[in-house]
Amino acid sequence: MLFRDGGTFRYLMASRRAIGARGSDEGEGTTRMTETEDTIRDWRHEVLPILKSFDVKHVVYVPDAGHAVAIRTAEQDNDLVTLALTTEEEGIGYLAGCWLGGERGALLMQSSGVGNCINTLALQTMTRFPLLMLVTMRGDWAEFNPWQNPMGQATEASLKLMGVRTWRADRGEDVGPLLRGAATMAFNGDEACALLLGQRLIGEKKWVK
Amino acid sequence: MNLGTLDRRAAVATLLKDRGDLLVVTGLGSPSYDCFAAGDDPLNYYLWAAMGSACTVGFGLAMTQRERPVLVVTGDGEMLMGLGAIASIAQKRPPNLTIAVIDNGHYGETGMQLSHSGRGIELSRIAGACDFPWSGAITDMAGVEALRGRIHAKSGTAFATIKVGSDELPRALPSRDGVAIKNRFRAALGLQTI
Repeated sequence: MLFRDGGTFRYLMASRRAIGARGSDEGEGTTRMTETEDTIRDWRHEVLPILKSFDVKHVVYVPDAGHAVAIRTAEQDNDLVTLALTTEEEGIGYLAGCWLGGERGALLMQSSGVGNCINTLALQTMTRFPLLMLVTMRGDWAEFNPWQNPMGQATEASLKLMGVRTWRADRGEDVGPLLRGAATMAFNGDEACALLLGQRLIGEKKWVK
Repeated sequence: MNLGTLDRRAAVATLLKDRGDLLVVTGLGSPSYDCFAAGDDPLNYYLWAAMGSACTVGFGLAMTQRERPVLVVTGDGEMLMGLGAIASIAQKRPPNLTIAVIDNGHYGETGMQLSHSGRGIELSRIAGACDFPWSGAITDMAGVEALRGRIHAKSGTAFATIKVGSDELPRALPSRDGVAIKNRFRAALGLQTI
């Protein structure tokens, strides 16, 4: 196999994640990933407590490996509604409806899904409701699959073109403060705010055992 | 062919009759006009774009305002753009949510081109395949009356296509100020603007 010469877990993981572009959890790699996620506490474990501190009640997502801890812990939390989406723009409509009804939510997705959201972002622009997006990046740094690169490289510019405020975390210690900042501006200002979680941030943990 | 004959304005007016605590989300185009023509209401939320989002907005609303009936009134073209939402809704099946597709089998806003529905795709069968507790095609006013009862019963997620004619009716245009409509809706529920 192509990656055998690397002989390392890190290459194996890189290939698995690249093939399962949306971070499906299956196979040998998953066992290791889960052990790592459960034993090392890092920025991944900060995300959900911060969302809950902003009274987020709905966590909606198209899954990605970088969001796996937040999704799993949210699904175990009886105070939260979690919802898998078939495509990311469903989350924009769903969260607009939640806000109409008086509750807050957050949309977890991968950078490739930002392209799916472009036209639907008009809903936020025209009605102004708090839209908090957490976007794990692909095609951003050390990407194995070049098919991820076009959308990954256009992600932040696309969001900005549609009026979404963006911040970017490439170091674990930046995730908490930037997420709190984005959530504050979304919920205090009825704004669309996206935190981009850099591929390097995710790679640092997954690829180095 | 899959084309109906019901009067869309009469059908929608029947659905919205004596609406009580009903919350309504409308899809862009004629369904928004139909609901506005039946009587503007602070608890109507009119979409003017974001095609494919009427169902998801109604879904989020139904998952939040769980004691109230929520009705999505949209068109076949709008629904077709968000078909995946049927599968997403089917995961939760909020019993207070009803989706009524005012199905004329055409894209009415753009020159009356035939839609997939008009070419024989029956949208309610997709909801049925997703195990909605109730789904069906409605071809007469008795069926519309029965659907109205189902909306207020809140006894299971329902998905109906209402087979209407494709006559072009006078437009009845609700406000395009999305912020005002949103704030009016929230205020009617006793919620703050921000």
